[in-house]
Amino acid sequence: MIKITGVTKRYGKIVAVNNLDLHIEKGEFFGLLGPNGAGKTTLIKILTTLSRPDSGTLTINGHDVTKDLVHVKASVGLVPQHTNLDMELTVWENLELHGLLFGLPKKERRQTIEELLTFTELTEHRQRLAGSLSGGMKRRLLIARALLHRPRLLFLDEPTIGLDPYTRRKIWDLLKSMNNAGLTILLTTHYIEEAAALCNRVALIDHGSIVALGSPSELKNMIGSYVVVYDDQGVTRYNFFSDREAAVDFARQITQNVTIRETNLEDVFLRLTSHPVAE
Amino acid sequence: MRGLYAVMWRELLVLRKRLWKTLAAGSISPVLYLTAFGWGIGRNVTMGSGNYLHFIIPGIIALTVMNNSFSGVATPLNISRHYSKTFEEYLIAPVSNLCLALGKAAGGILRGLTASAVVLVVSLLFKVHLHLNLWFFITLFVSSFAFASMGVLAGMVIRSHEDQSNFNTFVLLPMSFLSGTFFHLDLLPTPLASFIKLLPLTHVAIALRSIATDQVTPYASLGVITLFALIFFLAAVFSINRYREI
Repeated sequence: MIKITGVTKRYGKIVAVNNLDLHIEKGEFFGLLGPNGAGKTTLIKILTTLSRPDSGTLTINGHDVTKDLVHVKASVGLVPQHTNLDMELTVWENLELHGLLFGLPKKERRQTIEELLTFTELTEHRQRLAGSLSGGMKRRLLIARALLHRPRLLFLDEPTIGLDPYTRRKIWDLLKSMNNAGLTILLTTHYIEEAAALCNRVALIDHGSIVALGSPSELKNMIGSYVVVYDDQGVTRYNFFSDREAAVDFARQITQNVTIRETNLEDVFLRLTSHPVAE
Repeated sequence: MRGLYAVMWRELLVLRKRLWKTLAAGSISPVLYLTAFGWGIGRNVTMGSGNYLHFIIPGIIALTVMNNSFSGVATPLNISRHYSKTFEEYLIAPVSNLCLALGKAAGGILRGLTASAVVLVVSLLFKVHLHLNLWFFITLFVSSFAFASMGVLAGMVIRSHEDQSNFNTFVLLPMSFLSGTFFHLDLLPTPLASFIKLLPLTHVAIALRSIATDQVTPYASLGVITLFALIFFLAAVFSINRYREI
């Protein structure tokens, strides 16, 4: 579905994306995980035609992203990091504008808007100005808008940033049901549990390159399934082990407070990227 | 072309939502100029063939159409690029740069023309009878197209809201007062007058005045305004093109 080959993007001296290769299959729920400034948003911008790569090729369904703009634009939807709704327009008007911009015929447009309002539970708020919605409703409206032209691929850039845990889980359910219905989804996040909960495959990206790629469990096995965490004179140390016995043997030698637990995606992240995710 | 309809649909919708505010905001300064310079100072002043009001009303319409057409696009476009980021929604849509520039300019044209209409109505209240024919409205339309295109260009190129208001202060405000809007350019030193004759607003003031008071069709000035309109519009399309390359 998505084929990225040798893509590089520089902003002046900064290399945002560095000779990156990535293939994403149809129907995948794919996560791009990485610290701030790793190049996730730049990659999404290139894939949605908002930015051009300096070199390399990208195709979506066999169509070149830098050349076949009309086809690419029609087949992808974007939920941006920034809430870029038109705050002077109502919920319905925001959707209508999107439908008009994408050239949907009136009957189809109106019908799909109704379906998506129901799907995102915004029907009763249709006449409210976008500016007056709560954070969770704005996110749902962004998702409804991105789905309106029936894209086959959805990009979400930090879709649950700044949302409370309840609202976040509601958005997760929405995304899962869309993926189950056959939509290919690519999301960026630095909420690690989000990637763990949703994605069937994850790429860890740092300094514009992929440092690890695989399912969440494959990534955990990569660094060891068990971790011993202990305190070494105020510094927290992590030691990774492939089996439980080795971890227990090691823990016996530690005199300080010690924890043995299964590895999680956050451990992988901290181990393989250069700086912590929460700066 | 369907993209053009979508972009214009939004501009019309927003204009309709705050029609009264836009009308009031767009006409407050022309009405103040009219009152202070025309009615206050100029009541007993005569200029050539007629009274001063006849002289300055075309000038005030010219600066009104400039300021409203320009700011009606430049400011919202700047905000939508830097703050609300709604411009991204247009960029990801399959809409050509030409339609995008034209649709956004249409918003400015509409604001420029409605504000000018208010000045015309007010001038009737002042009992000033201008000679209005088709050429007058053609001039008004081409002028608003030129300044709205300049607004698209500025909105795409200027990097912050602060610089935007600096542009208004250093370019539009001096142009409003100096481009033969309130007085004859012959009164200025020749080098300055020659420079001012290169500015688009000068030709709008000259053209509107010669139609409205002297009943002469100003083909030369109309040609200059049309040329400015084409240059600004092409530059506006080009600026969107360049923005996409980044």
